[in-house]
Amino acid sequence: MNTATIKTKIDTARPVTAEQADKESVYSTRQLNLWYGNNHALKNIDLEIGENEVTAIIGPSGCGKSTYLKTLNRMVELVPSVKTSGEIQYRGRNIFESSYGVEELRTRVGMVFQKPNPFPKSIYDNIAYGPRIHGIKNKKILDEIVEKSLRGAAIWDEVKDRLNENAYGISGGQQQRICIARTLAIEPDVILMDEPTSALDPISTLKIEELVQELKEQYSIIIVTHNMQQAARISDKTAFFLNGEVIEYDRTDTIFSNPADKRTEDYISGRFG
Amino acid sequence: MRYIEQEKVVRRMNGRMVINRVFQGLFMFATALALLALVILLYRIVSQGAGHLSLDFLTNFASRFPDQAGIKAALVGSIWLMAVVAPTSILLGVGSAIYLEEYAKKGRITSFIQMNISNLAGVPSVVFGLLGLTIFVRALALGNSVLAAGFTMSLLILPVIIVAAQEAIRSVPGELRDASYGMGATKWQTIVRIILPAAIPGILTGSILALSRAIGETAPLIVVGIPVIIQFLPEGVMDTFTALPMQIYDWSSRPQAEFLTVAAAGIIVLMVVLLFMNSIAVFIRNKFDKSY
Repeated sequence: MNTATIKTKIDTARPVTAEQADKESVYSTRQLNLWYGNNHALKNIDLEIGENEVTAIIGPSGCGKSTYLKTLNRMVELVPSVKTSGEIQYRGRNIFESSYGVEELRTRVGMVFQKPNPFPKSIYDNIAYGPRIHGIKNKKILDEIVEKSLRGAAIWDEVKDRLNENAYGISGGQQQRICIARTLAIEPDVILMDEPTSALDPISTLKIEELVQELKEQYSIIIVTHNMQQAARISDKTAFFLNGEVIEYDRTDTIFSNPADKRTEDYISGRFG
Repeated sequence: MRYIEQEKVVRRMNGRMVINRVFQGLFMFATALALLALVILLYRIVSQGAGHLSLDFLTNFASRFPDQAGIKAALVGSIWLMAVVAPTSILLGVGSAIYLEEYAKKGRITSFIQMNISNLAGVPSVVFGLLGLTIFVRALALGNSVLAAGFTMSLLILPVIIVAAQEAIRSVPGELRDASYGMGATKWQTIVRIILPAAIPGILTGSILALSRAIGETAPLIVVGIPVIIQFLPEGVMDTFTALPMQIYDWSSRPQAEFLTVAAAGIIVLMVVLLFMNSIAVFIRNKFDKSY
């Protein structure tokens, strides 16, 4: 594994075919505003996020990209003093509707966090956590879910003989793939990834990136990343956030080769951020 | 232009090293003093009471005659007391801690409650005795029973358990909560499956240390009206009883010099019980200790 492999990755990931451009929207965000207390963190966001695509969100620190991601599954509400206005439609239904339970939403929309955060339990129990909280007790079914999820996250071969070992005993990159497997186990529709490789070494990063490419066949993926090369390598569409606003949102190859806005160009060419 | 002149630094170096040494010595002296007090105490008690320790001492009831006086009623009474105090205080304490940490909205009211819990931990135990006398002994007519004394003791150590449990719950990394909520778990599922298992070592250690305090407390028992001389064992929580510190207090206040040895033997028994409880705490902490 070296830079050569990563480069070929860039080339194969780049082309966006025509039919990907007009896929059905999973998420439609309309006039979303969000405040932490008096801090206006997201301003009039309008975004359509497509099905079975990888959507990357890039931008400098504090631009609101993680906040936006956490709004999509309402994890942002765990912070007290958060206020929102506007709406986010997920599969045609406004997630801020009072009748929409956050638990239901989060069963459909899985999340992978910045720092690998397995539970201090065995690998098996980590993966089985989601199915269990949703009421699956049958050992045989759980076994199947665990294997399927671990295979889905491309880590089955590495851990199949140590399913009963504590998940803290494996490397950070493996832990992150366990966390992805744990998310797959709830059989989500969308996977949100909040800088999933920022705490990992280049080889683990590459594995996760390859995994994202495979996963998008079945899932819609929204990934926040600090790493612009990563966005270019793995995403179909890219949104550039700055100071809580969406500056530009387009197909990834357009954003990186021919950005419409001067600020986008400055950011991706490394002039700030 | 340099702000730090090497010559001056070198000249002042000796002075700095002396001050460094002086403070090191001072702190060592402070530690040694505390240890010395403990050693003297232990030596005095053991040399005085060891002679009176025997199996008879553990199986005899109290007596007018020092050589026949035993600690059976008090030892069994203290165990009964703990059997009431432990479940009551741990259930209430952990429940309050979970509420304050996981459910209560952070605001003025919560911080007011929080402040008062910390204040309660500093209230003298006699005051809790008076509270127990008013509420449990009189108003609820429980009399000077195991239950009344147990509830009083539970109130006394409740603040300590709440604070310890809160700290244990707070030390569970937020990422674990996020992971659980992120998969659609409810608050209750997250508490039962993630937070409590991770917090249990801290909760139990704090609780056992608080229970150790309860087993050595005398003042609330005196105020609640627990008798000293009892020739029978309690058969239920509504019976009256006596406890180790009460018995020791009584022996040490008797005029006959022989009873001082009996008191010392009683203290040895109490200390062994305390040591046993503390070692359980250490054991639990080591066994369940997980690094995140």
